[in-house]
Amino acid sequence: MIKKIIFQLIFFNFYFVIEVFAAESGGMPQLDPKFWISQIFWLTLTFGILYIVLSKLILPKISANLELRKSQIQENIEAAEKQREISESKIKEYDSIVLRSKLEAKNIFKDAREKTLKDINSKKETLNNQIDEEIKKTEQEIKILQKNVPEKINKIAIEISSELVKKLIGAEVNNSSISAIVEYLSKKNGNKYYGN
Amino acid sequence: MAANPMTQFEVYRIGPEIKVGAFDISFTNASLFMVISSLAILIIFNLGSKKNSTLPNKIQLLAELSYSFVSKMISDTAGSKAKPYFSFIFSLFMFVLFCNMFGMIPYTFTVTSHIIVTFVLAAFIFIGVTVIGFIKHGFGYLKLFVPSGVPVILLPLIVVIEIISYLSRPISLSVRLFANMMAGHTMMKVFGGFVISLGIVGGWLPLSFSVALTGLEILVAFLQAYVFAILTCIYLNDALNLHH
Repeated sequence: MIKKIIFQLIFFNFYFVIEVFAAESGGMPQLDPKFWISQIFWLTLTFGILYIVLSKLILPKISANLELRKSQIQENIEAAEKQREISESKIKEYDSIVLRSKLEAKNIFKDAREKTLKDINSKKETLNNQIDEEIKKTEQEIKILQKNVPEKINKIAIEISSELVKKLIGAEVNNSSISAIVEYLSKKNGNKYYGN
Repeated sequence: MAANPMTQFEVYRIGPEIKVGAFDISFTNASLFMVISSLAILIIFNLGSKKNSTLPNKIQLLAELSYSFVSKMISDTAGSKAKPYFSFIFSLFMFVLFCNMFGMIPYTFTVTSHIIVTFVLAAFIFIGVTVIGFIKHGFGYLKLFVPSGVPVILLPLIVVIEIISYLSRPISLSVRLFANMMAGHTMMKVFGGFVISLGIVGGWLPLSFSVALTGLEILVAFLQAYVFAILTCIYLNDALNLHH
């Protein structure tokens, strides 16, 4: 009898506890094991498929894409570097050519200048010589002329004065006396007239 | 029904009851969101890896940035030895992240807010890491429980603590994710309920809280996925490079 009461007490207690938990399980559905097996099963299934597809199909592709891009970029950088080096060497070459041609041009210019200067100098010299010669010649000519001039003038003077005397006095005068007078005058004033 | 903030976590059957032996493996709303998350991941990453253009488009950029993000995370925490486990950690991170993020859409179900889901993931990681550790180091893996440079007198205590902390790893890992997701969603539901009960006059304050909480929860969704993945990396690091 007592046993029965105790049993009933425990049973009802248990029932009550179950009732409470049932009410509480509305509060915490995570602790309700009803769908645990289902959740484990579907988790394993979906995650397994996800893992297999990702690891076998998709991730290797992404990795390959990344590697390819990396290598492409690396290649491009290397090619650019190479081209830069080439262009640099070209620039150096070009610079040296320009420098050389500048030097050459300078040399040519210098040569040409020297040549023309030489030419000019030689021409000047010959010209000067010619001029000097001409001057000497003319001077000599002038000297000859200067020498001859008084005689001629004297002659003319004698003739003119004889003519004049004839006209003035109407008588002929001895030429020799006139010439003596003219000679005397020209000797006296010669320097005044022909200033040498 | 709307008054109870826990009803959002209820699992119910979709479609017919499927039974294998004594086990009920019916398709539920939880299963539905697992499938949706996995499909979303597969579709996005398939599109992102389909064609390789030197100048990636947005979806390719997304896929490649995620790839390098996870890759960097693994190499930073577990070193180069962890490379064979990259796909697993990547799938894990993406799965948790997408489940968390899908849970942020109203009227959806958050798969990771169920302890059984997170616990199965964590237990799998725990067992896997332990197996890897024993394969790599044999019984030398037990040296993990004996830190170097500890006084001999303290050693028994330290070893016990180390063993307890090692064994509690799956629990801490699973409860962290589950509790974060559940608490966040419950809180949002509570504030949402306040909006309704306070009406047009007083409802604006809880509404603004709700908006702020949504931002916070999106952050938490990302952060918990990241923490889950990075803790897996750290456990893996223990198994691969025995430092003690």
